Amino acid sequence: MTTTLAPATTGITNTLTASRLPKWATWAILGGCLAVAAGVFAIVQLSTGGDFSIVGAVFFGTVLFNIMLFALSYLVEGGRQARNRLVTSLVVTAFLIALIPLLSLVWTVLGNGIARFDPAFFSQSMRNVVGEGGGALHAITGTLLITGAATLISVPVGLLTAIYLVEYGQGALARAITFFVDVMTGIPSIVAGLFAFAFFSLITGDPGIRFGFGGAVALSLLMTPVVVRSSEEMLKIVPNELREAAYALGVPKWLTILKVVIPTSIAGITTGVTLAIARVIGETAPLLLIAGFTSSMNYDLFNNRIMTLPVFVYTQYATPGTDVQAYLDRAWAAALTLVLIVMALNLIARLIAKFFSPKLGR
Amino acid sequence: MTAAIPRAKVRPADRIFSGSTLFAGVLILAALAAVALFLIVQSIPALVADPAELEGSPTSFWAYVAPLAFGTVWAAALALLIAFPLSIGIALFISHYAPRRIAQGLGYIIDLLAAVPSVVFGLWGIKVLAPFMTPFYDWLVTNFGWFPLFAPPVSGTGRTVLTVAIVLAVMIIPIITALSREIFLQTPRLHEEAALALGATRLEMIQMAVLPFGRAGIVSAAMLGLGRALGETMVVAMVLSPAVVISFVLTSSTNPSTIAGNIALKFPDAYGVGVNALIATGLILFIITLVINSIARFVVNRRKAFSGAN
Repeated sequence: MTTTLAPATTGITNTLTASRLPKWATWAILGGCLAVAAGVFAIVQLSTGGDFSIVGAVFFGTVLFNIMLFALSYLVEGGRQARNRLVTSLVVTAFLIALIPLLSLVWTVLGNGIARFDPAFFSQSMRNVVGEGGGALHAITGTLLITGAATLISVPVGLLTAIYLVEYGQGALARAITFFVDVMTGIPSIVAGLFAFAFFSLITGDPGIRFGFGGAVALSLLMTPVVVRSSEEMLKIVPNELREAAYALGVPKWLTILKVVIPTSIAGITTGVTLAIARVIGETAPLLLIAGFTSSMNYDLFNNRIMTLPVFVYTQYATPGTDVQAYLDRAWAAALTLVLIVMALNLIARLIAKFFSPKLGR
Repeated sequence: MTAAIPRAKVRPADRIFSGSTLFAGVLILAALAAVALFLIVQSIPALVADPAELEGSPTSFWAYVAPLAFGTVWAAALALLIAFPLSIGIALFISHYAPRRIAQGLGYIIDLLAAVPSVVFGLWGIKVLAPFMTPFYDWLVTNFGWFPLFAPPVSGTGRTVLTVAIVLAVMIIPIITALSREIFLQTPRLHEEAALALGATRLEMIQMAVLPFGRAGIVSAAMLGLGRALGETMVVAMVLSPAVVISFVLTSSTNPSTIAGNIALKFPDAYGVGVNALIATGLILFIITLVINSIARFVVNRRKAFSGAN
């Protein structure tokens, strides 16, 4: 007895038996739609004499692709598969959209920054420079000094706090510290700068105070929570067996932490600290407020204004002299230097994590 | 029957060490309290001063703050509106669509966006994005000028609140993406496989298993992104052409400034009670971001300890 299955009346297509679009269909539709959009734009360009807009062609090609894909899939595969395909393509598009600013940024910073990326830029300050020439040596030393000082403040405080949270802390105080450390990662950087200014101007009685150490305090306010969080994660993954083995040998707790726990996690902690430095080295707003800007070298963190690289970018852009292009070129070169420093720090952090982390047996 | 448990002898070095770790932890709490305290102390002169001494001679301190507060929220909300759908898409792409082998690498690429200093974003916004958007704004205002958001006249430079919002969106995308990616990856594997086994497409699996599980996390990720956008300074200071107005128009050259951007622009030349007024606006920004971050952290901590810092 053979009975043919009644055709589905519920409106739900059986995905196992329904026809599917062939695998190459997606790419074929994409290519076709982009070609059509490019063709339309080329015709418009020929008829009106305007510039050929690559951005417009890609944009309308993508929109057309989504519509076509949905329509074809709806006809062949049914509504559920069509929606699935549409969302898949939208999700991929979202990722590609996010790449556009990144690529554009890297491209323009490289292209514009290379013009003044020369020895003079790294060997001269802006003292008595009007127009062309000059460099960012004063800003680079300032950045190194202030970031170094901020690191010297943040790392001991951050690391000790992380040790407290992992090894000692329990109860309400530890919970409060964890919570507020998380909240502090979201403090706007300019508020940190305002705090440093408010604090030091009240203490010294100088209503217009500008000095490098204040900048270091502001940066460490932003940096410490990052150090705490990353060190805490690293201390947590140290196996408890190591601690217990040390205790069993009669090693006191503080020596266990110093000689067993920290050496085991030192690679991860270093990675975290490097990433934290990378995060604050590009901070502009707090340094603009409390460290100020100058065109001269200043090695003294505790007296007078001190230039930093991000503030250098800002002031070169914001207050150009008569020769605007020279100032812009310097701003781009400084931006390129800054991006290279940050990328290098990120790379170093990943390399440390990759090569120096202990191989925990699992 | 309680046998005395032998306790380890407490050594002085142990006391000193644990004491110093405790001190460091309390120092962080004290620092946060000090931020609030010193901002309040330095704000008081502006609050009690004659409003006529403030910049622009407003009728009261609150009239001085209102356009700035509006601009801050408006720019950040626009940025969130742009960034949120994109970030969720990217997070889903990395966690559920991309091939497993390259997914982590793609995550690093998005994280690179977070590493770019804000001042470089500002330079890019004013020199690349603003000129690029100008013809688009022209077209928008010519054809949709009747719509209140695009009311003429159009900005000739592209230095509008919409340009700022786009740059801010690019800056908060990595934050929202990182958090929601982490949350999507925590979806119980069995929920996903159960959905797929019932014949769900990948989209239906995400709708049934991933999104309901991650809803709270997504909301707090968006709030953390919002907090970052509210406090972002340099992009606003460099890109926006500010004015003292409350206006919703996206494409005009008179835009409401933001608290942070206004501080960066005015602080270097401010004196007397003007400095205190700027600090008072900073205090307001601090309170807004503190509240938003606290709520977001509270929600996300109920799921799992995770912060944008790791």
